[in-house]
Amino acid sequence: MKRLRFILQKEFRQMFRDRTILAMMFMLPLIQLGILPLAMNLDVKNINLAIVDKDHSTYTQKLISKIGASGYFKIVATAPAYKKALVTLENGTADIILEIPASFERNLVREGSQPLNVTADAINGIKSGIGSAYLLTVIRDFNQEIRLTGNGQSIAAPAMIDMASAAWFNPYEKFTWYIVPGVLVLLLTLVGGFLSALNIVREKEIGTIEQINVTPIKKWQFIVGKLVPFWVVGMIVLTVGLLVARLFYGIIPVGSLLLLYLLAAVYLVALLGFGLLVSTISNNQLQAMFIAFFFIMIFVLMSGLFTSVDSMPTWARSIAAGLPITHFMKAVRMIILKGSSFKDVSSVFIIEGLFAIGLNALAIWNYRKTQ
Amino acid sequence: MKRNNVYTHPDAVSADTPIIADRISKSYNKGTVPALSDVSLEVKKGELFGLIGPDGAGKTTLFRILTTLLLADSGQARVSGYDVVQNFKQIRRTVGYMPGKFSLYQDLTVQENLTFFATLFGTSVAAHYELIKDIYEQIKPFSDRRAGKLSGGMKQKLALCCALIHKPEVLFLDEPTTGVDVVSRREFWEMLQQLKQQGITILVSTPYMEEAVRCDRIALIQNGRILQVDTPARIAGAFPVKLYAAKAASIYGLLKDLRAWNQVESCYAFGEWLHVTLRQDTGNGTALIREYAETRAHKQVIIQCIAPTIEDRFIQLATSNALPNGSGH
Repeated sequence: MKRLRFILQKEFRQMFRDRTILAMMFMLPLIQLGILPLAMNLDVKNINLAIVDKDHSTYTQKLISKIGASGYFKIVATAPAYKKALVTLENGTADIILEIPASFERNLVREGSQPLNVTADAINGIKSGIGSAYLLTVIRDFNQEIRLTGNGQSIAAPAMIDMASAAWFNPYEKFTWYIVPGVLVLLLTLVGGFLSALNIVREKEIGTIEQINVTPIKKWQFIVGKLVPFWVVGMIVLTVGLLVARLFYGIIPVGSLLLLYLLAAVYLVALLGFGLLVSTISNNQLQAMFIAFFFIMIFVLMSGLFTSVDSMPTWARSIAAGLPITHFMKAVRMIILKGSSFKDVSSVFIIEGLFAIGLNALAIWNYRKTQ
Repeated sequence: MKRNNVYTHPDAVSADTPIIADRISKSYNKGTVPALSDVSLEVKKGELFGLIGPDGAGKTTLFRILTTLLLADSGQARVSGYDVVQNFKQIRRTVGYMPGKFSLYQDLTVQENLTFFATLFGTSVAAHYELIKDIYEQIKPFSDRRAGKLSGGMKQKLALCCALIHKPEVLFLDEPTTGVDVVSRREFWEMLQQLKQQGITILVSTPYMEEAVRCDRIALIQNGRILQVDTPARIAGAFPVKLYAAKAASIYGLLKDLRAWNQVESCYAFGEWLHVTLRQDTGNGTALIREYAETRAHKQVIIQCIAPTIEDRFIQLATSNALPNGSGH
């Protein structure tokens, strides 16, 4: 026990002397959580719209001002002809062109229908898709209005299904609410997987492990001595991260904080086991970096941080299910946004527990004092 | 398989033979790179034993096997009476090992490194302070300095302190003087002499032949084979023929000419001299060589008959051993 205490003391001492790690411990959650969710915002705003108005009627005036008032569109150009508007799309100033034909008002009034042309730059698929959908919504809305108010009562209002939707757990459907817990999980993954992997390999690289291996120190003492400090760092990062989420984004976990910390504690052990495993199979920090990076990329992209796991193909879903981060990501969102209780996430505890035992056992088995 | 009695009753022997290596072989890369072949040696208690050989001879491999860091492909070894495979735990308690590369924590201070290693061995700095006192006093003024900021010689002293902190019975020093300045090297060997007086058995490796004379006994090793084990004096004395040192205005020209002469068995540069042996030495070698050199129009020719050094013996052994079995080239 005394030996373990000294190993821990040494590890913490080295960690606190390493300014980079110290800075990373606090700057990582601050910057990543402070900037990434805003940058990764999938809410589409500032859609640049070019309008080709060939009608110049009161109706088109109404439609254009309605589009402008929606707050999502910036009317960057008005062109007299479609071809001229296409130039703005080509040179990138406009994302979408709305073409209103010359007979817009007349046809609407007389025939009750009038097709419009919407052309979108689909290089940024999300922006063009969502932008077109927004535009169509605005036009549909406008359509609704003129049916009700326009042209006396000559048009009989058709039977309509009016849908009202309510967003649960994230009432304002804020993208940050979805992404912040995800980034938090990403941070824990980086600390647990990367830092621990690099640290042990560094001992190999400087040769200190050689000196350690000839001492009577036990394998588990050395490994526990390595893992505990990073576990603590992980917990600190989680705390800083939760504070940032609260102060910057007003996200206050609905569920129990204790539950969140408990789950994170188990998850970190699993991730530290992963880091340890990486360090046992690599000989220098560069190798460890690449191996850890390879896996963490997969972790991040397949875990449902950005995209929904449910919409992945079956094979991808089964890979995702085999990653510790996927389950943790889901559970963290459940606890923070939904207020899930222990009962709801108990299966995640079991899964992460199994990962923790499995990965660490594999790593310890693979770590040899004698070659 | 013929088995020596010494190895079947190791415990009777181990009391005065702390290091026994018995036909150790080890190869790397699935047998394609032989590192050690059939290496056997014994180091007596309280001996300062030198393992002398060039880089790549297998010195570090042997050290790593004896310190339980590496498993041999075949053969057995005992350190302090314990088998390196079965009783590796006891060995790790009783030996001190100083790897060739500085392997202490550069970001910990001198004091912290020492305390840390003492704790790993379940002891304290104070417990065996007597043993390291003389060495530690020299680096004590820097005890708050980080190990990474020490000079090469001081790093070496700190590493030695850390290897000694648990009062090991056997001390393994892998090339402790490589990359250390001449003064520090001399100091280091003096420290080893003092440690020997405390009854510690020391196995030290070095590529420097001139350091070999400071050992009680040495083993010459090359290409993973032990060439000879004996005292430095006897190894040098075992040189089978007369050795001549030759010098002329143009050393390189003389070297080429002598090598071309069919009377010469070997000729190699040794500092500012050429060391020469003859195929058939009739006793008047000095005159013979001078005569030949002068017919080749060499000026300022000096020829002496000299006492061979360990290095001469090593070169002689290495060339005659390496050629017949052709290994390692």
